[in-house]
Formats: sequence, C-alpha cells, structure tokens
Amino acid sequence: MIINHPLLGPRDSSEFYHMGDAVLMDRPDPEAENAAEQFHDYAYLRDNPAGEYRELWYHEQGDRSWLVVTRDTLTHEISSVELAREVARAQGRSK
Amino acid sequence: MRFSAFKIFKEGLTGNKGWTPHWREPEPKPSYDVIVVGGGGHGLATAYYLAKEFGVTNVAVLEKGWLGSGNIGRNTTIIRSNYMLPENNPFYEMAMKLWENLEQDTNYNSMFSQRGILNLCHSDPQRDAMARRGNAMILSGADAELLNREQVRELCPFLSFDNERFPITGGLLQRRGGTARHDAVAWGYARGADMRGVDIIQNCEVTGFHIENGVCTGVDTTKGPIKANKVGVCVAGSSSRVMAKAGLRLPIESHVLQAFVSEGLKPTIPGVVTFGAGHLYISQSDKGGLVFGGDIDKYNTYAQRGNLPVIEHIAEDMRAMIPALGRVRLLRGWGGVMDMSMDGTPFIDKTHIGGLYFNGGWCYGGFKATPSSGWCYAHLLAKDESHELAKGFRLDRFIGGNMVDEKGQGPQPNLH
Repeated sequence: MIINHPLLGPRDSSEFYHMGDAVLMDRPDPEAENAAEQFHDYAYLRDNPAGEYRELWYHEQGDRSWLVVTRDTLTHEISSVELAREVARAQGRSK
Repeated sequence: MRFSAFKIFKEGLTGNKGWTPHWREPEPKPSYDVIVVGGGGHGLATAYYLAKEFGVTNVAVLEKGWLGSGNIGRNTTIIRSNYMLPENNPFYEMAMKLWENLEQDTNYNSMFSQRGILNLCHSDPQRDAMARRGNAMILSGADAELLNREQVRELCPFLSFDNERFPITGGLLQRRGGTARHDAVAWGYARGADMRGVDIIQNCEVTGFHIENGVCTGVDTTKGPIKANKVGVCVAGSSSRVMAKAGLRLPIESHVLQAFVSEGLKPTIPGVVTFGAGHLYISQSDKGGLVFGGDIDKYNTYAQRGNLPVIEHIAEDMRAMIPALGRVRLLRGWGGVMDMSMDGTPFIDKTHIGGLYFNGGWCYGGFKATPSSGWCYAHLLAKDESHELAKGFRLDRFIGGNMVDEKGQGPQPNLH
C-alpha cells in the first residue's frame, strides 16, 4: 500500500505504524458521570467496518506525524489522507 | 457409511461404486432448537458435539459460502497446547486430548500427526521465559521439554546455530504437538453431525436476527426466515459484521494473516519449528511442501489477501533460521481474515440478548482449538452455562478488568 502523505508525498506503508480506528483521537471526558463506561467503550469496543474506515497511521520511519487515512477495508483503496493535527484543529482542538 | 480398512478393500474390488456423499444437502426447516451461524471448523464441531455429547439433534448449521470455505481451510494446521495463563492452557490441552482421539471419534481420517512443535530461543532470558512457560504447561497437564543447544541440534541439524545476531541457545519442545489435515477436520465434523441429524445448509447467509423484547427468536436468511430457540454465532473473521446485525459492538478488529506453501521437497523438517527472534513458524506437509507463516499485516482489513512487506519479513526470518532454504521457491500464498481481540484471547459466551450466543475472537490461533471450542460452545448452548474450562472467555471481561492477555500487550489488537 502507498500512503500519499500530505507533506511528503507518496510513501510506502511499511514506513508507518498502524494505530487503529481514528475514533481513538476522541478521548472521553474523564469527569463525565459515566466515564468508566465511556472509557471501556473507547479502549475496547470497535465498529470494525467492512468498507470505508478512518484510521490512524503514525509515520514512525519518517517525519513522525500522525495521519488520518480513509481506506476501504475490502479493497485497501485509500481515498483520503489528512494530518491528524489538521483534523483535530478542525474540531477546535490543539489551538 | 462407515470407513474402515475392510470397506476400502471391498470398494477397491467392486469398482468404488459404494461410496456415498458424506452429508446431505437439506433445505432449511421452519424452526430448530439451535441454529449455529457459520459452517467453519468451530461451527461444525459445535453442531457435532451438540448432537453427540449433549443430545441436541434438532440443529441447523447455516453457512454463507460452502462448508469449510473460511479459515478452517486457510490456516497452517498447527496444533499445540503451549499457552501459559490458567484461563488458556487447560482449554487448549482439552483440545489436544480431543485431537488425540478425533479420528476414532469421528471415524474420519484427519491425518492428525503428533510430529512435535519446537520453539527456538536465542538468548538466556528467552530460555528462562521458556522454562517458565514449560512449567506452566506441565502444571496444566500438557507436556513440555526444555532442550539445550545440542538437543536441538540433534533434532534439527539444519538450523543456523551460529547466526551472528540470533544464535540458537535451546528450545521448548512439545512432542504431542503437530499438524492435521485442516479440510478433513471440517469434513469429519460435518459428516459426524449430519449422521446424527444436524442439517448443514450451505449458501445460506444470515441477513438479520429476530429480536423481540431482548430475546432472539430466529434469523432471516437468503433462504427465508428460520425460527430457533437458541442462535449461536460462530463466524470468526466476520464476527463484527454479523453481530452488528444484532446491534452489538465487539472488542474485535479484523486483520489479515498470510500463509505460504513452497514447492515440494524431500523430507526436510521433522515437525513444526518456530523462530524465536522473529515471527515465523514452519512445518512440512505430507506432500512435501513447506507450510509457513508469520505475523499479521497489522492493519484492519476484510480482504483475504495481504501485502508484500510481510512476505519479505517472513523470507528474511526463514533465511536467518534455515539458510539452506534460500533457493526454495514459493508455490503459493494466501490470506485469511482474523478476529483479533483486544487481549489476544477468544470469546465463548452469552450476549446480553436472550437466546443469542457468541463464539469468536480467535485471533490467529483458532485451528488448534477447534475441538474444545466446539465442545465448550455446545456445552454453553445446551446447558446455558459456561464450560469449566471456557469460563475465562467472557464477552464482558474488559469491564471488570479480567482480560486474559497472554502476551501482555494491552488493547492493541495488531500486537496480539
């Protein structure tokens, strides 16, 4: 698989480390009433879709950036690659 | 029809006209006591033991494709009971004992061969860890022998003992481990279940569950709705997709594991050998091909094919462990989709929906567990309570912190 890095261009996926579902960026609020339950769902449960999947890749052997990659888990086709930083900023985080 | 030496002799003399199909191809009945979703090794074993050991014969096995078309026919056929944790190894040792009697039990030649499994170690700490594992195995009733370098050399003289980076310092041997003919395992269980009245319905995909007031009363299929008192899902590789139809989110990700076969060679490798400084396991089939595999590809996928970096890594491991194989040609490779669970351990449990049960999360170690998985799942379906040896495989174990993390990797499925 080739991941088209937004800053570095096309890179082989073996330079990256796959870190799982992109929902891991959205850590629950530890102060919430049902924080324990939310953290259980966050840490252990997954949608695991067959088809379009948003996932985190870490460019371990490159610029060490975190990417949000949208990929089809049935065909391995990658439809978009974003910097995780940009995704978080778009949500109003990490100003 | 019963297989025996006499039967083969008789058929040989009479033109082999007396062989009959091994199972029927029935249409589904309107209702069953138990529906098993998934006609793979574990599903067929479940149906077999339900009928044989627990007296539940009004059972259907629903299979989306053809019988045994999933991971039961795509694995590297290794059988072992060399786990360490008390939730795991007694369960796998139960499987080992069932394997040892499986051919007599099912009257089917599954070519079970206890040729031994040897895990190599390459440093003193690794050898200490193996001694500990071996002791744990013996405590749970399995067999284990810690070998020194010379004993390993006697068994497998072709290994690279003086590799500069990974010299071999010894190994852990389980002599009762080995391999079996994976397809024949599925066929033997299917035939045994069918003989006892189980309906095996192929090309019948489950498209939905009937859930009323928190109780599952049947399934929708491509062959119409079917009622059931109990529905046992057993579709490792597709667990998340199937259970999503019942509204469940699982502690599972799907990953691909690749396996390979080389061209046929003369007898080279006596049993199963695993590399301790990388991830490689290799054995030789009765036809002579080397059967080997390594790690999963480490990204979520439902495609039954992998990518080249893993193949390269496995080839490197193979050269490091057995330099003589450097010019062996690869015949074919394939991929299978694995349920990778959050702690590397499977599930055999009820769900919060009445009458709906779940078996899955086998990571890439499901084949060896086929008999005990089937037995324990049948126990759960028949008696509504977990088998003594499968009590650790709860679906809700993460809530209470009762994970069974053999490798100690935490909730990172691609590391298990």
